[in-house]
Amino acid sequence: MAAITLKGLKKSYGQAHVIKGVDITIEDGEFVVFVGPSGCGKSTLLRMIAGLEDISAGSLTIGDKVVNDLPPKDRGVAMVFQSYAIFPHMTVRENVAFGLTISGASKEEKDAKVAEAARILQMEHLLDRRPSQLSGGQRQRVAIGRAIVRKPAVFLFDEPLSNLDAALRMDMRMEIGKLHQQLGATMIYVTHDQVEAMTLADKIVVLKDGLVQQIGSPMDLYHRPDNVFVAGFLGSPSMNFLTVDVTEVSGTHATVRNAALDPTSIEIRHPGIVAGGKAKLGLRPQYLNPDDPAGRLHGRVALTERLGSETVIEATLTDGSNLIVALARDAHFPIGQDISLGFDPDMAHLFAA
Amino acid sequence: MMQSNDNHGLRLFLRYLLLVLIAVMFAFPLVFMVMSSFKPDQQLLLDSGNVRAFLPVGDLSFNNYFEAFERAPIGVFIFNSVLVTVVTVVLSLFLCSTAGFAFTFMEWRGRKLAFTIILATLIVPFETIAIPLLLLASKMPWIGFDGLTWGWLNSYRVQIIPFIADGLTIYLFAQYFKDLPGELIEAARVEGASWWQIYRKIVMPLSGPVLATAAILKFLVMYNQYLWPLMVVQQEEYRPVMVGLQYFFQLNIAWGEVMAYLSLITIPVLAFYLYLQKAFIASLASTGVKG
Repeated sequence: MAAITLKGLKKSYGQAHVIKGVDITIEDGEFVVFVGPSGCGKSTLLRMIAGLEDISAGSLTIGDKVVNDLPPKDRGVAMVFQSYAIFPHMTVRENVAFGLTISGASKEEKDAKVAEAARILQMEHLLDRRPSQLSGGQRQRVAIGRAIVRKPAVFLFDEPLSNLDAALRMDMRMEIGKLHQQLGATMIYVTHDQVEAMTLADKIVVLKDGLVQQIGSPMDLYHRPDNVFVAGFLGSPSMNFLTVDVTEVSGTHATVRNAALDPTSIEIRHPGIVAGGKAKLGLRPQYLNPDDPAGRLHGRVALTERLGSETVIEATLTDGSNLIVALARDAHFPIGQDISLGFDPDMAHLFAA
Repeated sequence: MMQSNDNHGLRLFLRYLLLVLIAVMFAFPLVFMVMSSFKPDQQLLLDSGNVRAFLPVGDLSFNNYFEAFERAPIGVFIFNSVLVTVVTVVLSLFLCSTAGFAFTFMEWRGRKLAFTIILATLIVPFETIAIPLLLLASKMPWIGFDGLTWGWLNSYRVQIIPFIADGLTIYLFAQYFKDLPGELIEAARVEGASWWQIYRKIVMPLSGPVLATAAILKFLVMYNQYLWPLMVVQQEEYRPVMVGLQYFFQLNIAWGEVMAYLSLITIPVLAFYLYLQKAFIASLASTGVKG
């Protein structure tokens, strides 16, 4: 059993409050990703779970034990660090076996477990090398090997791929995903990369300024963001936001418009939308259609980026705001050309301004 | 192109010339000492005004060495110095590195204040605390083979214990530890290592350079001890080499014997330095912290 519960967790350094009361429940075997911009407290939260940072207030439960005051070694966790943190004076074998050596395991047990970890991570041929003879990706494997060899109940990953180049990052991301399938352990993964978050997570926790913004499955957060921050943080290119006037509210829908937008009825999913007020209309670049003859948004092409399989258009709307359109095909829109964009109102998000 | 090559060659020549001159300046006193130790006093004084002082010429023999051994128990002095120095260096490396470890990695109440006080001791010269320390040492209790005794004078311990821990060595270790990647320590903690295991298995193996530096500095201080042993040791059997030098400056100063004695007591220092220099380079090459 390694469900984890964070209840009212807080962390302060003197007057600086870094984590301001976080409640999260993580089920046994779940892959949870903490995501957020730099300085949002995601790494601090992970380090609090690991026992590397004291908890200022609240309670942290791993399994059925409150572990607030337990040292890291008694929490049953393993951690993979951003800098890999493999011991430079030991061989790969000694690094991977480190935790077992510390716990006094026999040589046979160590050899068997190291061999198994090496097989899972395909690094049998590296075991007698020194860290200085390894590439970045190989070092990361060693760090993961050291984590899995002890069979901990909980794995903690602190931005483990951010030091790798793009191609390697994708490979390792997939491997970590497979590892989770194979081991079935609870994993908490910190990243600022939303692709990692979307692809790996069973559940994403979006953090900002030490507070949870939203918790949910990747698709939940993508399609039903609770607020402007979450809506803007997930998705690439990020969501467009237009300031609109709310002309009418009737039942579950509101009619909005502005200088560039024809009156459109949008479902109200968030509080704070009142007739006569302002609102923010969120439109994902992928859901905007420049070929719609009945387009509701009007503007002019400011820039076109053709990537072959994809085309990104930046349009300047008639109200002066800019908007990004992402098409999943090659298309040519000359700069300066008038453009009308259509969209499905059901895919639009209305937030209080 | 040609001119730039010439310039480069000239610059290189000048640089080496300068380095050779500096090396010669440092080597000359040593060469003078060793050469003179083989010459009779009369020739030594005659040669000292010219270049022959640095050359193995004239009436060379080991006589000065034989006479030096007759004049003073040199073996005892060297043994005492090496014993006191080696024991102090070993204990100091252990104690000061554990202190530096506690100051750098562990959180405890009063840590900053304690470190500040230790740093403050760096600016207190030994001479100012010599007398209080002497009084203290003369009254300290000790439990040994003879049971409980009072006063540490005339012993090895009085030459060792006051010098085991010092601010500079603790500071050296603390500074070095601060530059070790913190995530290594955290990784070891998560892996279940105790503080002692982290110290022994992670921090110490990565501390070759600072261990060598601290050992050399401590060795030099201890081997060159003069004032303190002069104050606390009256018996010949505990006397170190520097105090032993007095034996050669009594009624008639025999310069050849002085040089022979100095040559002899330089050997342990050179041996220690050469040994550590090797260890120093090896530790730098094997750790590979960078990367």
